[in-house]
Amino acid sequence: MVMGTLTQEVEVVVVGAGPGGYPAAIRAADLGKEVMLIDERAELGGVCLIEGCIPSKALIHATELVEHAREASKFGISFGEITIDIKRLSAFRRSVIDSLTGGISMLCTKRNIEVVKGRARFVGSNQLAVEGGDVASVKFKHCIIATGSRPIVLPTAKDLDLWSSTEALELREVPKRLLVVGGGYIGLELGFVYATLGSEVSVVEMLPSLLTGVDSDLVRFVHKNAKRRFKELMLSTKVTGVRAVDGAYEVALEDKNGKRSATFDRVLVAIGRRPNSENLGLETTNVKVDGRGFIQVDETQRTADPRIFAIGDVVGGYMLAHKATREGKVAAGVIAGHAEAFDNRAIPAVVFTAPEVAWAGLTEAQAAEEKLDVTIGRFPLTALGRAKAMGQTDGMVKMIADRESQLILGVGIVGPHASELVAEAALAIEMGATLVDLEATIHPHPTISESLMEAAEVALGLPVHTLPPR
Amino acid sequence: MYDFKLPDLGEGIHEGEILEWHVTVGQSVAEDDPLVEIETDKAAVTIPSPRAGVVVATNGDVGEVVKVGQVLVSIEDNGASASSGAVAVAASASSASETAPGVTASTRSTPTAPAASAPRSSASAASASSTAATSSGKSVPAKGAGSVAQPASAPRVSAAPVALTAPVASVPLADRNRPVPAAPATRRLARELGVDLYAVVGSGPGGRVTAEDVERYAQGSAAPASATSTGGDAAARGAESADEAVSAEAFPEGGSAIPFLEVEPLPDFSRWGPVETEPVRSIRRKIAKRMVTSMVLVPHVCHMEEADVTELDELRRAEKGRLSSKPGGKLSLLPFVMRAVVRCLKDFPMFNASLDPFRGELVYKKYYHVGVAADTPRGLIVPVVRDADHRTVLELSAEVERLASAARDGSLGVEELQGGSFTITNVGAIGGTGMVPTINYPEVAILGLARAQQKPVVRNGRIDVRLLLPMTLAFDHRIADGANAARFMNQLVYLLADPRRLLLES
Repeated sequence: MVMGTLTQEVEVVVVGAGPGGYPAAIRAADLGKEVMLIDERAELGGVCLIEGCIPSKALIHATELVEHAREASKFGISFGEITIDIKRLSAFRRSVIDSLTGGISMLCTKRNIEVVKGRARFVGSNQLAVEGGDVASVKFKHCIIATGSRPIVLPTAKDLDLWSSTEALELREVPKRLLVVGGGYIGLELGFVYATLGSEVSVVEMLPSLLTGVDSDLVRFVHKNAKRRFKELMLSTKVTGVRAVDGAYEVALEDKNGKRSATFDRVLVAIGRRPNSENLGLETTNVKVDGRGFIQVDETQRTADPRIFAIGDVVGGYMLAHKATREGKVAAGVIAGHAEAFDNRAIPAVVFTAPEVAWAGLTEAQAAEEKLDVTIGRFPLTALGRAKAMGQTDGMVKMIADRESQLILGVGIVGPHASELVAEAALAIEMGATLVDLEATIHPHPTISESLMEAAEVALGLPVHTLPPR
Repeated sequence: MYDFKLPDLGEGIHEGEILEWHVTVGQSVAEDDPLVEIETDKAAVTIPSPRAGVVVATNGDVGEVVKVGQVLVSIEDNGASASSGAVAVAASASSASETAPGVTASTRSTPTAPAASAPRSSASAASASSTAATSSGKSVPAKGAGSVAQPASAPRVSAAPVALTAPVASVPLADRNRPVPAAPATRRLARELGVDLYAVVGSGPGGRVTAEDVERYAQGSAAPASATSTGGDAAARGAESADEAVSAEAFPEGGSAIPFLEVEPLPDFSRWGPVETEPVRSIRRKIAKRMVTSMVLVPHVCHMEEADVTELDELRRAEKGRLSSKPGGKLSLLPFVMRAVVRCLKDFPMFNASLDPFRGELVYKKYYHVGVAADTPRGLIVPVVRDADHRTVLELSAEVERLASAARDGSLGVEELQGGSFTITNVGAIGGTGMVPTINYPEVAILGLARAQQKPVVRNGRIDVRLLLPMTLAFDHRIADGANAARFMNQLVYLLADPRRLLLES
């Protein structure tokens, strides 16, 4: 017991300043609450901004530029030898992070949100102890837990200096031979980045396909490109052990044909993330955590302890920044007495591979599993003028609607700008739009966005740029 | 850990109010130990623990309403588990959505009502009061702050305004496992107004629920007011196309909110002297809800008469002694009145009907289930005498006695409270020269009986002492007119004036 502990009282305290936490703090402040935002990092923005979404997009954009430049010869354009200065690329990445974290600090301080650096731990249902900051103890009326998640480490190689996405995004070096463990979105995005930077990339995935959970007709396009760009794509293959040998790693692999080993200069482990719910002192509250460590909440983001809310990766579901943001705004609204709930029908998911994959709402596999009577319209980008003009016809849009009501239930997109197009799909699903709504909305020509309209036409049996079913 | 959900209490009861907790967090319980006292519409019940263990969480404060399927208590197992108990509970909680295991999934899929503790009489009143609650959040005392701060966890107002205002009562509710098509702003509006989206029939393409659909539903209690003015139209259109009526086309736009109606918060009465407060609980709350609905919705008219029951009472007194040992032998005037009323209902069927404003239809009932208001320690309860037309006076008397005593000791079944087509309320035993009863909506009329008293009556030019029973028929002027009521009452007076007429004609 520290004598003279300084206990501060505050209406709302948000623990974690990632893409869930800081919007929650901002919304709560704008709704008239007195807010404290605690994060153990010196900078605000969390994993997403500092070692996730944002830096990865800087690297992905830069490496895509390289790929486009290489392909430009088909347009009759040549740049000569392309050189990549990873120090300057890394500096650019850093400048983006600095500019954004600075922006968030400004947004918070101008709202009189008290930003505290430190590690918060519950000591009861209405109090947090804070280590390493100016404030030692905080009493709150409401708390929002937004502590996020962290990469899962390879259980067989806990003590080795393997990369997680965090290290990979720091761009310390371009290894000659890189093994990516995990064929999910993080592994593939970074795999494409390092392949362009010059690494010889191999990907190993335990399951039989890349991007498990995404409809296979969408994954097909990514798979094709991955096979072209990566040295090796090992599906249905397990990593059974990793050994450090002379500054490299000898990796034991096992598939249905038997065991073998291969040597790599770096191993990047991207096999998932786990919630940061330990060491939070949750046992001193009534907050309930499930077997995998996810905090249980109701649709208002409230935990079993009525004063305490939780949002983002730490509550599970899609571990995506934009889901956390929405949950944060819901929690703040509920705390301010508004009738809000996380009642979203579509959480758009985006994979920045080459080509990009995105979807919102129901997938075709889910529709089949739930035995829903749906109608599906598929429109290939090979039939789209703009895609042809860009020389990027690898891709398609798939629209899934309820057969009877024609309400749009899900949209899957693969191809250039899929990540941008999916926003329209999410809006359509949230609004309860029907196929006719999309088909009758004028989409600008010539753009990739027309593919959504065209897919709706296909589903309605009235396509203009493909032939109707006979 | 085991989450114990409020089990199905049977008899169509789907929620109850927490009266008292018998356990606290951290306490060890044995199987069958009392956990919590829940008061339902019917009675207070003690919920026993389904298994032994340590209580790790209790959900809901005293006074809060919990729904069947909602997690009441979480119990940490002490090893041995009573799995049979768990199975029984899981099976009986089928009315709640349980799509996936775990609190997260099941609570996410349950539509939550907001803590719109404000009366839902008009949209503006509800939103105004919630704004007030927010802005005054800092200054209200601790208890108030608590309730402001828990808007969504406490569905104090039931999500769907059950039977009373459900425009789609006979339309099957949407599948709760699938989302209702509605824009985010519409969903928020529904939450603010305490409307269960699944109960609203969407008028948009593909069944999309619009903001207007939600508002119309929320104003359910006010909407019929405008439907009344065009009652003929609505009925005609309803006849043409039932679908159209169901999809709420029968409502003219506008005019459904009540001008000037704004329910303001009450002043702090303790400024003027000491006060004591008591929460409005289940039966009281139910009565309040039904009375307000009836008074807001139904244009009441009262018709008063006095029946000369001198001879009827002589018969009653003469037979009472002889019958006193038989069931129903306590014989009051009421069963005779019931007998006569059934005859009148058959002669004037509009008094045994209901008006469905949402379908634009009159529903004539071909059964005669007469509700009899009973005064109980917990408040007014109206048990229903089924098929009153098939019972003799003595049988009616016995049934009323049985129901009244069951009402007093709280042992009535829910079905014994439902299905009435007409109500009689008799305060005569207590006193009163007359009264104006409130219709038991959605019935058309209620007959109020005051105390029968001897009075001087001029008959054939002489003053006689006669026993007169003051009666008031309150009726729904949307359905019946004053002339209908006068004829109804004339017939009733005629039958009660001479027991032989009752014998012959009823």
